Amino acid sequence: MSNFEPKIVCFLCKWCTYSGADLDGTSRLKYPPNGVVIKTMCSSRIDPEHILYAFQQGTDGVFIGGCHPGDCHYQTGNYKTQRRVLLLQKLLQQMGINFERLQLEWISASEGKKYANKIIEFTDKIRELGPVSRMDGKEDIE
Amino acid sequence: MKKIGVFICHCGVNIKDTVDVERLTEELADYPGVVYLENYMFMCSDPGQNLIKKAIAEHKLDGIVVAACSPTLHESTFQNAIEEVDINKYQMEIANIREQCSWVHNVKEDATLKAKLIIKSAIEKLRLNESLIPVSAPLTKRVLIIGGGITGIQAALDIADGGYEVILVEKKPSIGGHMIQLSETFPTLDCSQCILTPKMVQAGKNKNITLYANSEVESIEGFMGNFTAKIIRKPQYVDPDKCTMCDDCTSACPVVVPDEYNEGLSFRKAIYVPFPQAIPSSYTIDMEHCLGFEPIACGECREACEPDAINYDVKTEEISEKIGAVIIATGYDLYPVENMAEYGYGKYPDVLIGLQFERILSATGPTGGVMLRPSDGTVPKNIVFIQCSGSRDPERHLSHCSKICCMYTLKHAKLYKHKVPDGQSYIFYIDIRSGGKRYEEFIQQAVSEEGIIYIRGKVAKVYKEGDKMIVHGMDTLTGKKMEIETDLVVLSQGIVPSEGARQLAKSLKLSTDEAGFLIEAHPKLRPLESLQSGFYLAGAAQGPKDIPDAVAQASGAAAKVLALMANDEISHEPVIAYVDDNKCSGCGICIGICPYGARVLENGIAIVNDVLCEGCGACISACPSGASQQRNLTDDQINNMIKVILG
Repeated sequence: MSNFEPKIVCFLCKWCTYSGADLDGTSRLKYPPNGVVIKTMCSSRIDPEHILYAFQQGTDGVFIGGCHPGDCHYQTGNYKTQRRVLLLQKLLQQMGINFERLQLEWISASEGKKYANKIIEFTDKIRELGPVSRMDGKEDIE
Repeated sequence: MKKIGVFICHCGVNIKDTVDVERLTEELADYPGVVYLENYMFMCSDPGQNLIKKAIAEHKLDGIVVAACSPTLHESTFQNAIEEVDINKYQMEIANIREQCSWVHNVKEDATLKAKLIIKSAIEKLRLNESLIPVSAPLTKRVLIIGGGITGIQAALDIADGGYEVILVEKKPSIGGHMIQLSETFPTLDCSQCILTPKMVQAGKNKNITLYANSEVESIEGFMGNFTAKIIRKPQYVDPDKCTMCDDCTSACPVVVPDEYNEGLSFRKAIYVPFPQAIPSSYTIDMEHCLGFEPIACGECREACEPDAINYDVKTEEISEKIGAVIIATGYDLYPVENMAEYGYGKYPDVLIGLQFERILSATGPTGGVMLRPSDGTVPKNIVFIQCSGSRDPERHLSHCSKICCMYTLKHAKLYKHKVPDGQSYIFYIDIRSGGKRYEEFIQQAVSEEGIIYIRGKVAKVYKEGDKMIVHGMDTLTGKKMEIETDLVVLSQGIVPSEGARQLAKSLKLSTDEAGFLIEAHPKLRPLESLQSGFYLAGAAQGPKDIPDAVAQASGAAAKVLALMANDEISHEPVIAYVDDNKCSGCGICIGICPYGARVLENGIAIVNDVLCEGCGACISACPSGASQQRNLTDDQINNMIKVILG
């Protein structure tokens, strides 16, 4: 397990987290290269089916970055995302996939450092959890 | 299958040093659909763009992927380039391998592998991209400017001169902002009011400018070119057409409150003119302090008013204005001085903030321009100025530099010296930042000719002993403790966005930085625009600024707006939602989820209003039958991207 490098899909909202991730570049902050970004106009564009599809295709983790509550460029998209993610985490758990493999974070365009730190934390956590398997979900989400 | 070209940029060494561009060029050559690959030192340069255009013509490419910097920088550059060779601009995708790859990773092997995945996912997206035509929408040729300080006034005048209508909204009863409170301005020592009031009068009289003072913008709805602003106009209770400015009402008014214009150093009545040169030139009743007229508790002012200009029955108005663009010029406030307990502000009357000192220096101030200290009305024989009060102190206060304090403190010291020639001033400073035209000369002249003493260090404590103030500090150049006995202490208080600006930014969905200043679309190349289309930034709302910079930015933002207004209609991003009629069951879930009211049911099918849709995609992930899709970001495209990323 020591050489395990997880594969991660990151869905980032164009208005906040994607710009925050760009800021890491301009500030030359470093984080692990495991995640590859798919840019969406809003985190609410991310259909739960895409997340399930990613797990089906063998991702070890899915990271979603959206605007802070109240800051959504489209007024309420991030609330929709939060509801969907919470529900999907329960569903993942029932499917036997540890819900922690799906993480949602609010990261603004000015929070480059937060993005780098969250990606470092998330990658470490997924490294610890090991490769995705249907059997790694805990019994109960609560 | 679409014929795709891939162009990998070295960005000098920025990408090439961490990402093996030659290897990518080789390894992606047999990727499905890719018929041409090239890497080059600077793709964004003219030769780089020509290389792309030549390849499109020679290899009959249908679309291209440019692996380079973030799309924020050069997406439009490459879109324009391919449009020149008649390829639709939506047949171009950026693979962000600089900001999100080469700049954030160290190991070349890892970065190269990641860059490959980024490029592949861009190819997959491009493969299913449609050629789109921007949706055109009408353009309302009117502009809303929020904030009537020097920035808002300058922008309003420029746009009005360009022939377009301006709605200027100011929260206070008069325009003029902080600049009208200033005595003289650095580095030329022009009288601030003398240079500002003519502009205020122009703004008040200009036929193209509608001024709403005592008003606030509550909401702005719509999209670039077609906004509707809701403005709350608080009543002034005095009809400016009837008012003769005789001042009988203020003599009659029994309520005395601290005067905001003089920063609390003098008093005004509950019915008042903010300052003699106020525009609009009229009295206002301050309802917060008036004894009230529902029922009438006092009524003295109305009885005293001969022309019968006072009407207590005026109600708050809600005004709706149609506009095409918005300039935010909400300005600044001083960092709350209550947070600086160690300097004794509020406890000792002889500890002032910069704006208060500005009022004492001013001919229209509480002392009529005579240098007197507040506690006992004597002439201060020495003054200690404390710079960076609240600024550059990330542990306890603001982390940013407030930019103007070095200069205004020196201006204060100079003006003090002119008024009290035998007086001595001391300035505690961390660094002197005098990076403006003729600013350094201004400082050097003051030090060599006016005998102002600069002490590098911070003040720990200010307290009173007898009728003197004692300032305890440290001179960090000599390492010695300092104790200065002084008559007056002036704090060069740091700058924060104005009160309410943060709330406004929130309700308009404009992003702000940690301190609450508005974030520009690009810090260097698009400093006057917000990322939110149709919103422009100017003045201290975007960051601490002196008057020349604020005015320059105001005219800059005005020029941007004038360029927009010169169009007959605006084009609206076509990356929006659409519906597959065959799949739509007419359930209507998308209608409730759309924040813009862009979805309606027509003949049992939920259609999309192209002009109203902003393309967030919330309806797409909500659609249970997969009938709703986003142009150029369909479910298939996302899934294909996921598939190659996980390859």
